Amino acid sequence: MKILILGAGQVGSTVAESLVGEANDITVVDFDAEKLRQLQDRLDLRTLVGNAAHPSILEQAGIADTDILLAVTQSDEVNMVACKLAASLYNTPTRIARIRATDYLERQELFSTDNFCVDFSICPERILTEYIVKLIEFPEALQVLEFAGGRVSLVAVRAIEGGPLVGRPLRFLRTDMPQIDTRVAAIFRQDRSINMSGDTVVEAGDEVFFIAATEHIRTVMQELRRMDKPAKRVMIVGGGNIGRRLARRLERSYQVKLIEFNKKSCASLAADLTNTLVLNGDGTDEKLMQQENVREVDVFCALTNDDENNIMSSLLAKQGGARKVISLINRSAYVGLVQGGKIDIALSPAQVTIGSLLAYVRQGDVAAVHSLRRGAAEALELVAHGDRQSSKVVGRRIDEIDSPKGATIGAIVRGEQVIIAHHDTVIEAEDHIIVFVNDKSMVRKVEKLFQVNLGFF
Amino acid sequence: MRRALTVFHALGLMLVVFSISYLIPVIASLVYDDGTLIDFLLAMIWTAGIGLLLWLLTRRYKGELSIRHGYLLVVAMWTAMPAVATLPLLLAIDGLSFTDAYFEAMSGITTTGATVLTGLDMLPPAINLWRHELNWLGGLGIIVLAVAVLPLLGVGGRQLFKAETPGPMKDAALTPRIAETARNLWVVYLAITLICIAALKWAGMNWLDAICHAFAAMGLGGFSTHDASVGYFNSPLIEFVLIVFMLVSVLNFATHFLAWRGRSLNIYLRDAEAVASLGLILASCIVIALFLLWQHVYQDFWTALRHASFNLVSIATSSGFASVDYAQWPIFAPLWMMFLTAIAASSGSTGGGIKMIRTLVLVKQAGREFVKLLHPAAVNPMKIGGQVIANNIVFAVLGFIFLYFMSIVTLTFVLLITGMDFISALTAVLASINNCGPGLGTVGPASNYSGLTDFQTWVCTFAMLIGRLEIFTVLILFTPHFWRR
Repeated sequence: MKILILGAGQVGSTVAESLVGEANDITVVDFDAEKLRQLQDRLDLRTLVGNAAHPSILEQAGIADTDILLAVTQSDEVNMVACKLAASLYNTPTRIARIRATDYLERQELFSTDNFCVDFSICPERILTEYIVKLIEFPEALQVLEFAGGRVSLVAVRAIEGGPLVGRPLRFLRTDMPQIDTRVAAIFRQDRSINMSGDTVVEAGDEVFFIAATEHIRTVMQELRRMDKPAKRVMIVGGGNIGRRLARRLERSYQVKLIEFNKKSCASLAADLTNTLVLNGDGTDEKLMQQENVREVDVFCALTNDDENNIMSSLLAKQGGARKVISLINRSAYVGLVQGGKIDIALSPAQVTIGSLLAYVRQGDVAAVHSLRRGAAEALELVAHGDRQSSKVVGRRIDEIDSPKGATIGAIVRGEQVIIAHHDTVIEAEDHIIVFVNDKSMVRKVEKLFQVNLGFF
Repeated sequence: MRRALTVFHALGLMLVVFSISYLIPVIASLVYDDGTLIDFLLAMIWTAGIGLLLWLLTRRYKGELSIRHGYLLVVAMWTAMPAVATLPLLLAIDGLSFTDAYFEAMSGITTTGATVLTGLDMLPPAINLWRHELNWLGGLGIIVLAVAVLPLLGVGGRQLFKAETPGPMKDAALTPRIAETARNLWVVYLAITLICIAALKWAGMNWLDAICHAFAAMGLGGFSTHDASVGYFNSPLIEFVLIVFMLVSVLNFATHFLAWRGRSLNIYLRDAEAVASLGLILASCIVIALFLLWQHVYQDFWTALRHASFNLVSIATSSGFASVDYAQWPIFAPLWMMFLTAIAASSGSTGGGIKMIRTLVLVKQAGREFVKLLHPAAVNPMKIGGQVIANNIVFAVLGFIFLYFMSIVTLTFVLLITGMDFISALTAVLASINNCGPGLGTVGPASNYSGLTDFQTWVCTFAMLIGRLEIFTVLILFTPHFWRR
């Protein structure tokens, strides 16, 4: 596929990186020649310096035969204009734009084909905020991902001594909770996926991925670990775009304290937020943390732009007694370094947000893609089309499907109904199927599996 | 001084315009044939004459007014208009001294509603109408002044919202031009008044009473055509109608205008001041009703609620109607009512006192101090209705409050020197400076201000003036800096 990416910022370069590996022709346009050079040094793609909203630049970048336009520059306006140009002048089939301003997002009619012709708008900050909100809602989970409009969730949780299932084989899950249907999609022990059967014994320290209807996930988690009190007090360091959004999102239901270094930003944050206590100070100032009672904090989120600062303030908070610390870390090398140590969750913004972009780019009918375990594994929501003849999955029982090694079908959403997959479940057309892939290299095979044979058309 | 003459040039014109307002009592005296026609015509000619003379004499000094002379003009207007308004009173009522007439006219124009006249029922209808028209005109004047003019001078509650950030509350400038804003407010005020007149007529008053009481209710003045005030009618329906319109008038007319233009009641909910004013008044009604029931002043809840709510709304909104002698209630109730009158009215309404917006600033400032003690690093700007209030405005409010209290204390002492008892002196000053009307003790609802000596009357007159013009506007004229070039 020919993909044109406008903007080589955080989002643009991560998307490029992830798509390059999937055999696509990629062109990246940006103002900043230096950024493009760095990108080109690492990846096999074409770059072009210039204003992404100018037709001449778009033409040079080869928009005429581009399949997907990804407008992810810093500026909402540039992104929208680029989509409009692509639609009116070059008939580009798929146009995706990053839109951050709520003012635009609230008026979806702006994106219709009569106006700015944006097929899909994504807002990475919003996705990241929602992701963190889930982690605060379920402080025991390492990751909570929603599928099919929030009806099904995939949860990663670390098994801890004290959970009824810990030390016992998986098949007891069913006898312990006869009324709740769930499926364990994968277990990682010492960072490696283990082969599972009903007799696999869950050990303390295992990272367990399970799929269940969203309303059941709390109950399932109780099987794997002792549950803590729900979070009430949240402390956020860094009042940037994400910190501000998160505070605004949380301030009605939690006690939120927000620490920001810049005085001017503090004033603007305090004007913007109603129930949040905005504090002016350094996120790595342990005196300030003690003064603001960090040991009573349930969830501590370090969300500044600076990885090192985030790590240090998270470590300080953990040492000071915060129950769960979440740290935003951009450099992927650091993520693996710190997660699982003192820092409970190391968040890579790129990994969190890229999934929603990838869903539009992927072949087959992919409704959602989520990166797991720092990009090593993936969970997909695919839609099954066709019939028994044209499709390799429709009309078959799950144990009849020739699924690649490491791919687990976790759940099926049929209309409003959530069906947890068992070996004898039969897949029907238009089902949404949630597949867990514990090795990313298998993703293409899974996608192929769900593609409809040519005969269907 | 040459600039001051420019002020008098403008004042002359204002007086000529003001003389038109005699037309209403002139018509009334024709209708009721009460023998005051000649008095009003004389007063009209004199007023127009004085105005014209001032205007002609100072014609050479015609020019643009500076902000500094805005203060002078406002104060001159609010002292000159009562002065000429005394003319028909002096001509028609035998034995009325100028002091008392000036007090009465000032009380009317400042929408205070305190009176030195007794035998109101016996007064010629045109004179009563004139008194009430002063209430109404004073109310109109203060709305236009508060919403359109005082912010230009840097005084008045609404300047708080002159902040640079845009937001729903930024209605300091309803329309781009002052004249346009004033005209819009005038239309809203007139329209509500007409509805009020119709409602009172429907509730059982005759036309004269309906017009007079509508004027007094809209201006939150509280003059009545009867010595027994609204108690004369003894009608729950009339009391209810008056409560509704007093509550309407205690809100910012700019908000009424916005609600009317936007055809939406949500505008009121977004006005933090309106919510606080109404909430405080309505909650107080219920508390006082329960208190009166508990104290066995009234035997059943509905009677207690009826009298508590009418008198409380009347005093809290700074109108000053009375339906019963609430001074006889246990002291908590009338004192609480006097307290509300100081704080409950919204800015840009016809009510008096420090205005709810300043009350909110004070309360929030106290809260901020607590937060600051607990969290020294906290950044905690003052927000009212979601909008940030700048610190210099908070300081200005604190300065105003200080001046307000000092004025009350000083004037109370002055009255105490003259031999008044404490409760009467304090409540007379409170009722005057808050433009409420009746106080307690010798100036309570059952009696009036006629028992005061001339000097005491002038003190109260002065209190009404400074209270109405937001203190700063008047007192600034007494600072040497004002007169220095």
